[in-house]
Amino acid sequence: MATLTYREAIRAALSEEIERDPNVVILGEEVAQFNGAYKVTEGMLEKYGPKRIVDTPISEAGFIGMGIGASMLGIRPVMELMFWSFFSVAYDQIVNNAANVRYMSGGQIACPIVIRGPANGGTNVGATHSHTPENILAHHPGLKVVVPSNAADAKALMKTAIRDNDPVMFLENTLLYGIPGEVPEGDITLPFGRAAIAREGKDLTIVAYGRCVVHSLAAAQQMKAEKGLDIEVIDLRTIRPLDVNTILKSVAKTHRVLIVEEQRPFCSVGTMLAATIQEEAFDELDAPILRVGTIDAPAIYAPPVEKQFQLPNPDRVIAGILKVMR
Amino acid sequence: MSKKPSAPAETGVAPAATPSLPSPHAQAPANAALTAEQKIELYRKMVRIRRFEERCLPVYNAGKIGGFLHLYIGQEAVAVGACSLMGKDDHVITAYRDHGHAIAVGMDTKPLMAELYGKVTGCSKGKGGSMHYFAPDLNYWGGHGIVGGQIPLGTGLAYGVKYQGKKGAAMAFMGDGAVNQGAVHEAYNLAALWDLPVLFVIENNRYSMGTSQERSSAGELGKRAEAYDMKWYVCGGHDIYEVRATLDEALRCAREQHKPAVVEIDTYRYRGHSVADPDKTYRDRKEIEDYRNTKDPLQIFQNQLVFEKVLTDTLIAEIDTAARAEADRAVEFAEASPFPTAEDIQKDVYWETDQPQRTSEGRIFFNSID
Repeated sequence: MATLTYREAIRAALSEEIERDPNVVILGEEVAQFNGAYKVTEGMLEKYGPKRIVDTPISEAGFIGMGIGASMLGIRPVMELMFWSFFSVAYDQIVNNAANVRYMSGGQIACPIVIRGPANGGTNVGATHSHTPENILAHHPGLKVVVPSNAADAKALMKTAIRDNDPVMFLENTLLYGIPGEVPEGDITLPFGRAAIAREGKDLTIVAYGRCVVHSLAAAQQMKAEKGLDIEVIDLRTIRPLDVNTILKSVAKTHRVLIVEEQRPFCSVGTMLAATIQEEAFDELDAPILRVGTIDAPAIYAPPVEKQFQLPNPDRVIAGILKVMR
Repeated sequence: MSKKPSAPAETGVAPAATPSLPSPHAQAPANAALTAEQKIELYRKMVRIRRFEERCLPVYNAGKIGGFLHLYIGQEAVAVGACSLMGKDDHVITAYRDHGHAIAVGMDTKPLMAELYGKVTGCSKGKGGSMHYFAPDLNYWGGHGIVGGQIPLGTGLAYGVKYQGKKGAAMAFMGDGAVNQGAVHEAYNLAALWDLPVLFVIENNRYSMGTSQERSSAGELGKRAEAYDMKWYVCGGHDIYEVRATLDEALRCAREQHKPAVVEIDTYRYRGHSVADPDKTYRDRKEIEDYRNTKDPLQIFQNQLVFEKVLTDTLIAEIDTAARAEADRAVEFAEASPFPTAEDIQKDVYWETDQPQRTSEGRIFFNSID
């Protein structure tokens, strides 16, 4: 085991895969000379040179599309979006080309590209830079969607993503980049679609992913201390494929579900989860499924308001827990 | 062929005179090197494209082809000329008017027709349709529906070729309407910035759907290359020798020096944007007739090859009869083929789920299977 930050864990995965496979190339805005806008690729240009670590112009539709085209020939581009918020200018390339080209060609073409970058609010950068598009991406068959919550998972899932022959959308979090965690050494990968039980419990199931796992664990700990509640926290790790079985097994034990997500409520990942749970385990439920998510408005700038009210946080998770337990 | 255009042809005005015989481009290196058999094959491909597409029309009108049908009739010399120059590491990608390129790269017309019918024997198993033909085994990467969206992909093919150290190039085709899409300009910049071996080939048929060039585009289309310090060419699309001569030069530059270029080819479509387009509001019938009478690419090449004594009347008739019979056989094949099944809907979505062994876990890739 080594202690790495989430950022270092991703860098380790990128570096190991660059060394393992000559077709892996990292492209994105400021990934090379600038060392990465969030320093994920720091030092990599020096180590691996300009053929493998490539600065792109600010041109997401162009370079993401270019990466998709190159991936059709067997290159494995790992494309950094400085913020996932910028996916909107490359949306046509992602959904019409990356997601559809295999289908439209009757299965003749594979598209082994990874698009990665941070997707989160909570940094007071306003509505344009705070999008969390995992629901929008997961809506498109052909795409896989990964949202790691900790350093160990980030490394293992990134290695899986790069080796995957389908387009993988890898959503990180600027507020997790600096958080350390124990990361197993060596060539460890994690299969997609295997959720983790981040905390075992019997009284209520929280389904979360990404940074909301951190909020949920904090809330669960406090509820144990204050109310004696044993809350189970499931970390989905991947949104698509989705590990439904782990959720259902937990629901059969706890009979109560709270979904915690950094998503606005309309057509969120949580709506998919809630629909699936009630379709498949209606009789197991002792209470309605509730969601704690982002308050339904564009991301507000006002720093304390965004943090305290608009986004999920441990206090809001606790309020949700108490409501489900009522 | 010219690096700079002479006075650009005024859109909406038919060319005045029939191009002269012999073609002034017959002795260009790319054409002088052709054998008689190769010339006949070029002519045959153009005829096969036209007869195939003409055969699509009654089938479409009978309701057997769904959706859109964007016919390439009138533009055949462009795809055939361009694709005839491809080496093993050259790649082609185009937009939704893609039947001509498919036949030009060597796809069999039976699965092409079956694809239009939506049959499982189609080249994309009935999942793509008219706009989405692909043959990666022939370096043909589609067949793309969003105007200009294929141009970054074509740039990526060139990036891949260069990254892998191969001596090849990509030809990324688009219509005149695509030059106004942002993605095209982003691709121009990347290609020029990184010296990628890609040719951006504008098939200027004068109309983006029903909007003429002068109603949609400021300035000359090819000239936009200058902003990116790229070489650009304008050439006539009626003379396959001119198409080959121009693209041959540009392709050599791309393959050998990794230099991208823009090639604008003046051409014309005889049918509407799609077959459903009544084609009555934005151009005169006379304009179509004038082009057909003076610049039809099949007729011009036929005249040239008769002049060269490569084609005879007998051979012309034989080629035509064979092309019509081939189109009929394609229809018979499509008619006799089954549709995909309901189970087929969720195949070919993920590479992984098409494999006997999955590595991912998780039950939901799709909402209804697993």
